[in-house]
Amino acid sequence: MKIFVTIILTALLAFIGGLYLPWWSIAVAAFIVALLVRQRAGRSFLSGFLGVFILWGALAFWIDIKNAGILSKKIASLLPLGGSAILLILVTALVGALVAGFAAMSGSYLRYSK
Amino acid sequence: MRVIPFVVSTVITVALVFALNKKWGPVPPLGKFLSPQHGFWQNAEPADADFNANLSFPGLKGNAEVYFDERLVPHVFADNDDDAYFIQGYLHAKFRLFQMEIQTKAAEGRVSEIAGARGINYDRTQRRLGMRFAAENALKEVEKDPVTKVMFDAYTNGVNAYINTLTEGSTPLEYKLMDFKPEKWTNLRTALLLKMMAQMLSSGTESDIDYTNTKAIFTEDEMKVIYPQVLDSLVPIIPKGTVFDSAGIVPVKPVTADSLYFSRQIAMVKNEWDKQDENNGSNNWVVAGSKTQSGVPILCNDPHLELSLPSIWYEMQITTPASTTYGVSLPGSPFIIIGFNDDIAWGVTNAQRDVKDYYEIKFKDRSKKEYWYNGKWEPTVPRFEEIKVKDGSTVYDTVAYTAFGPVMYDESFPNDTTRQRNLAVRWVAHDPSNEGKTFYELNRAKNYDDYEEAIKTFECPGQNFVFASRTGDIAIRQQGKFPARWDRQGIYVMPGEDSSYRWQGFIPQQENPHAKNPERGFLESANQRPVDSSYPYFIPGSYIVTRGITIEHKLSAMNSITPADMMKLQYDYFNTTAEEFLPILFKYVKENELNGDEKKYLDIIKSWNLNASPESKGQTVYQNWSDSVIAGIWFDDIKRISPQAPWPDRQTTIEMLKRDSALKYIDNINTPQVETLYDVVTTALKKATVSLKIKEAEGKLEWAKFKAPGIYHISDKAKSALLPFARTNLNVGGSGNIINAVTQSHGPSWRMIVQLSSPTEAYGVYPAGQSGNPGSKYYDDFVDTWVKGEYYTLWMMKKSEATDKKVKWMMKFEKQ
Repeated sequence: MKIFVTIILTALLAFIGGLYLPWWSIAVAAFIVALLVRQRAGRSFLSGFLGVFILWGALAFWIDIKNAGILSKKIASLLPLGGSAILLILVTALVGALVAGFAAMSGSYLRYSK
Repeated sequence: MRVIPFVVSTVITVALVFALNKKWGPVPPLGKFLSPQHGFWQNAEPADADFNANLSFPGLKGNAEVYFDERLVPHVFADNDDDAYFIQGYLHAKFRLFQMEIQTKAAEGRVSEIAGARGINYDRTQRRLGMRFAAENALKEVEKDPVTKVMFDAYTNGVNAYINTLTEGSTPLEYKLMDFKPEKWTNLRTALLLKMMAQMLSSGTESDIDYTNTKAIFTEDEMKVIYPQVLDSLVPIIPKGTVFDSAGIVPVKPVTADSLYFSRQIAMVKNEWDKQDENNGSNNWVVAGSKTQSGVPILCNDPHLELSLPSIWYEMQITTPASTTYGVSLPGSPFIIIGFNDDIAWGVTNAQRDVKDYYEIKFKDRSKKEYWYNGKWEPTVPRFEEIKVKDGSTVYDTVAYTAFGPVMYDESFPNDTTRQRNLAVRWVAHDPSNEGKTFYELNRAKNYDDYEEAIKTFECPGQNFVFASRTGDIAIRQQGKFPARWDRQGIYVMPGEDSSYRWQGFIPQQENPHAKNPERGFLESANQRPVDSSYPYFIPGSYIVTRGITIEHKLSAMNSITPADMMKLQYDYFNTTAEEFLPILFKYVKENELNGDEKKYLDIIKSWNLNASPESKGQTVYQNWSDSVIAGIWFDDIKRISPQAPWPDRQTTIEMLKRDSALKYIDNINTPQVETLYDVVTTALKKATVSLKIKEAEGKLEWAKFKAPGIYHISDKAKSALLPFARTNLNVGGSGNIINAVTQSHGPSWRMIVQLSSPTEAYGVYPAGQSGNPGSKYYDDFVDTWVKGEYYTLWMMKKSEATDKKVKWMMKFEKQ
């Protein structure tokens, strides 16, 4: 059940980092969590990935609801994602998740020796 | 530690971050852009956004309140002028920063910094036209005047106060898309913004280069007929019969004019991009109390500009203990530009006057350091231009300044031509002037005398300032700094080797065409020539005759006018040109030679009510048929010989045909037989039918569907890159020659009606919204109202009404 803790920790640390630091602080957050909480590389990747996937996905979803979908529709047409807000939220979450996943894996390899 | 996996995984992470932090072609930096805490999601404004705020800045002198109504229009209540314009700057920046940035960068020739190498030619054009030179000259004048200096400073401080609050997240969306950062505001940028308006409205009203090309085809006498100065149908701004004073300055034609100027035939090089939008026009009119139901004047204005999202206009009220003004402002400049206060109302249309001439320069050599002038080699003043490009490179350009002005065209520009014509440009917008002062004073004007005093110093772009006062005065004046020309001076490119071709002076300000309280009880302007031929000066321009005729007819026939009548008139679709042209077309079309389809379209147009309404099929048929007739008459004569030659004005063609239906230009010079008007009109309908059938098959025969009007993002000049930020396929009719002058993307950018009753009753609408943020519901919420021809009531709020339910939010500004 360690992975739940690391997912939540990653999300939390990434959120706090995002308030003060550039967007790539999600990588730092995932890296630090993986460094502090010892897990296998695969599990670390998953916790970094899911931590930021959930964070970015939830934030984007919440913002989109409050915005009544005005902007997501426009950006999803521009990118282009066929104007689909859901797709745009998924892409958002996925981009952050990938960065955090690899960062966490690096943290795990730095810490983990087997 | 597991070294190899660690290194691999870290390299992947770093590479990902790097790749997602960088703009790839049109794709924004995806990591930055998508981050919900930094990127575009931060610009997704909550639908129930709270604009309440308590703000304090050291730049303020006192305290102020800004009340926002339900349309997000701010009503500013400040203790003094400085604070009022500080807050105006702050609000402009808060709601419209990106447009201010892009417009001033474009004016200055710095588009390449944002758009990359594809902006270089545009930037060179701006610099060679001397846009920054013009703004610097204006700024000196602004800063010499203690009042405008203080107001410009306050405005700039307000803009920067907002810029200083920006975080990565709160930076406007477009910066994130294009991946650049806001730049500090300066007074020079305000001057640049005003020069952008000067360029939009007074650069391109000349046809010197076009006419010089055309001169290769036609004799001087033909030129006078095909491109006439005064049309038969002209209804001038200043009512006919007005007696003008004799000219205060009489310019002298140079002795060499016949040999060196009129008879010289040279083909000129010209870039396709330097012609401004020829549809720029506007309507304004004012009716006196004698013609209104209320017994007080009503003033109306609808400036026609390229429409954009966000709009060029930002609506607001500015109140200080000394004055209160409501109307539209230009983000990037302090003051209200079109509006009203408790005593007066004013509006503007473009004068369309030619205030820009070209002179052919002879350089000693390619270094462009000396030019031949008055019999000797004179030094030029070089101006070194550095165009920074987004990719980090720099393009250098040197512009030689002469006694006339900057040499805009030379062998290095455009560089895709081998011709070596050096053309210097003399443009009134280069001269020192302080247009802001006019608006500062107009905002505070209390009566006719104040209005005259305020506009007196306005130089460029020339405008028709229409005026009405609560005390019942109505007036109009075409105001600007206009060169006093000898007959036909500056119609063509002039010799630049001799000072005798320079402008010899300017028309004295008091001689600018004006009228006050005419017996007939109304005044109007719609970009037509301001005066009939009895005006003692030669005043070329790119005038538009038709809307003036329509407005004059309608207003003459109206009495007991109400604001509702004026709304109808601003939305009017009547096509006066068609009314005049169709009898000719009907008379000469050979109906027995038409097939079924051709006959069908002829029947559509015969049963047409002459209104270019959105659902009108007649307007579509008329437009296609008449375009085809014009091409049938002129194409062989003009376009095949000189692709640069301008089409004769449609109204001119109609008048020529009315005078002489056997006009020699009707014959196609490329065929052995002699074509008659019967042939041209009939063939034109047959040709038009081919394209009309295609449109009809696509379901686009109705006028609104045929022309598909749209309003595009302000940075999207190609109308294709940012379509999700646009509003397209709007259900509006109209055309450039119609009062409701909506074309594909151009038209009434602000409709305003002010009845000077007590209290003032005012209505207005513009096709966009108060917020420039595409992620805000206030981005385009006025568009549908505008499309339908409906208006909002303009609320001149009193401070005592702070608890009114129309007030939704309050921003408090305090001295820090």
